[in-house]
Amino acid sequence: MAKADFKVPELQQYAEIPAIEPGAMAHSSPFLSKPEFQEALGFPGDLEDNWQEKAIDKMGELLGKYRSLRVYLDSCVKCGSCTDKCHYYLGTRDPKNMPVGRQDLMRKVYRRYFTLAGKFFPKLVGASDFTREVLDDWYSYFHQCSQCRRCSVFCPYGIDTAEISMAAREIMDSIGVGQKYCNEIIAKVYKIGNNLGLPGPALEDTLEGLEEDVLDETGVEVKYPLDQEGADILVVTPSADFFAEPHVDGLIGYGKVFHEVGVSWTLSSYASEAANFGMFIGSYENMRRISQRIRKAALDLGVKRIVFGECGHAWRVAYSFLNTLAGPWDFLDPRYPVPQHIMEFTYNAIQEGKLRFDKSQNDDMVLTFHDSCNVARATRMGDKPGGQFDIPRAVIKAVCNNFYDMDEETIRERTFCCGGGGGLLTDDLMEIRVKGAKPRIEALNNVMQEKGVTHLAAICAICKSQFSKILPFYGMEMDQVVSVHQLVSNAIVLTGQETEDEEAGEAA
Amino acid sequence: MSFLTVLYAILFYFAAAVLLAGLTRKVVQYARAPAPLKIPTTPAPTNKTGVAFRMAREVVFFESLFKGNKWIWIFGWIFHFGLFLVTLRHLRYFIDPVWLPIRLVQPFGIYGGLAMVAGLAGLWARRFLVDRVRYITGISDHLILVLLILIGLSGLMMTFVAHVDIISVKLFFRGLMTLDLSPLPADPLLLLHLLLVATLMIVFPFSKLLHAPGLFFSPTRNQVDNPREKRHLAAWAKELEQ
Repeated sequence: MAKADFKVPELQQYAEIPAIEPGAMAHSSPFLSKPEFQEALGFPGDLEDNWQEKAIDKMGELLGKYRSLRVYLDSCVKCGSCTDKCHYYLGTRDPKNMPVGRQDLMRKVYRRYFTLAGKFFPKLVGASDFTREVLDDWYSYFHQCSQCRRCSVFCPYGIDTAEISMAAREIMDSIGVGQKYCNEIIAKVYKIGNNLGLPGPALEDTLEGLEEDVLDETGVEVKYPLDQEGADILVVTPSADFFAEPHVDGLIGYGKVFHEVGVSWTLSSYASEAANFGMFIGSYENMRRISQRIRKAALDLGVKRIVFGECGHAWRVAYSFLNTLAGPWDFLDPRYPVPQHIMEFTYNAIQEGKLRFDKSQNDDMVLTFHDSCNVARATRMGDKPGGQFDIPRAVIKAVCNNFYDMDEETIRERTFCCGGGGGLLTDDLMEIRVKGAKPRIEALNNVMQEKGVTHLAAICAICKSQFSKILPFYGMEMDQVVSVHQLVSNAIVLTGQETEDEEAGEAA
Repeated sequence: MSFLTVLYAILFYFAAAVLLAGLTRKVVQYARAPAPLKIPTTPAPTNKTGVAFRMAREVVFFESLFKGNKWIWIFGWIFHFGLFLVTLRHLRYFIDPVWLPIRLVQPFGIYGGLAMVAGLAGLWARRFLVDRVRYITGISDHLILVLLILIGLSGLMMTFVAHVDIISVKLFFRGLMTLDLSPLPADPLLLLHLLLVATLMIVFPFSKLLHAPGLFFSPTRNQVDNPREKRHLAAWAKELEQ
């Protein structure tokens, strides 16, 4: 079991709503971004003297630019429906981690400066000046939100705390209070092309290594091309797929699927990152700048289609925003949606009978599936609403014999975030990550006890990294997390592949 | 004309003006603010008809609240549906002759009044009994509940305890509408009831009661899930493309 300098929550058989414990997580806040990284993103380096005035101006600007913010700050009636829905509240008991508690941190400032009631009767409506203490609370608690949108499912007005968190981070960035993790990563994307700072030659090395591994394992020459002009499909995938376990096993799977379907594809060293941390910090400009890299790569390489790898928040930016941020895509093949998810590609290939599987290759595992928050509640796959739930499950069931879902209350649109999304996947936030994972791990633990589940399949780089890291805190193994395309990779039978029977025959 | 009648006439003209102007200002503000990105909470409808149905389910049945919390849903829905019936019943004070459907709804309006107060009582109780809800409750949240409950109780008392001359009340409001004042009965219960209603009208555009127009403008509920098919671009975002 991993060591923790805080109390790891105990797992329970039945989820219970804890009593509030004000201030329980007030001490949690991430490292500040250094001036050089702030400036690379177009933000001031340090907190300036007139920060309060500037922050209020910025809030006013955002209120005019985002209907969501304007409507959501006015509409909350404090009914309480969201209060027990956030995984961070359930794991920490801190009432400022209740969605409405978090929103109110901004709402009280909004009311003070932008509403009549707050200007004249601040006490009555809970309005407050934007003081240093309030700013500290913002920095702490708006970095305890993974922008997973679970609260928005249960709000009678659809208030989405993610919209508030994003605006808060944008306001803080505009006065020089940025988060180190997100802002350093975005600066790295601008400089090198991906979140992990892997330069082109390193990617090339990795991909050659994968080709050798697959050849050794299957006897089939599967290609993992980089910057190949004229390929049909540009694949954009989270950079974790290039080296980390279990991510890379997923990438191996994508290559095998493309090989077997017989399409040409390529990765890009320029757009070697699917994730778009511009969303986490609520910056339309940065999100757009990162997205434009994909447009440029698609144009430079002359591809006809764009396919995204397994990544949650990335799929949100890709599915919901890419057309807005980097479209129109009129230079791509109009027969295919832009972009497509690798899950849609594989699912379609299965439907068309283009792939053969030996499901028994996954018989050493009993699987369950974690619906990644942003895939579940901010995107779709396929033609029908809910395809984002059904298509990954259909793919898993096509390649595995043993699959059980977790409790209905914790999957599909009600899924719990892994605890590490929205820019929190950093070691300086380990306590909130571990505690926030509790509701998901609890559901996983129950299905392990009841159905003998051994592995959790996921389709998001953040989920995979987060689970690998925090499962040991709960007494589980880090390798209990697998990529869905890792399962595909295990089971797929490539044309011309040496099967174990043949090998045995040759040996005899 | 008595001082009281003139005072209440002025009060209601003022309240109506504030309500109308305040709501218009807010609705214009909501309508003008663009939604630069597609953010429907998914699974979401893929066409406008689907969105209309989704919105209708939210407005009529409080679908999301039903998913969220059954207690709040039952109290909240009883209150709102009661209020709806009460409002229909009160239309008789403003139209002449009274339309048949409004005549038919009259007895249900009384049940509506009872339901409204019962629902409000349940919602208020939660603000004391549930620690999470107690934490998020501010003074204004209590005051609005008190206001609504007093409106309901004063109204019910005029039905069940001390009747007022409703013919004159109707003449007063018809008079307000035709700019031809007629006297308002000086019944304390009635005066209290009307004062509270005018207060509610004035408070409406400056309070959380804005959730009513807000819901219709909520991008997570009113957007079509079609970002890949149709490019969505706000005016201010378009400028970035120059």
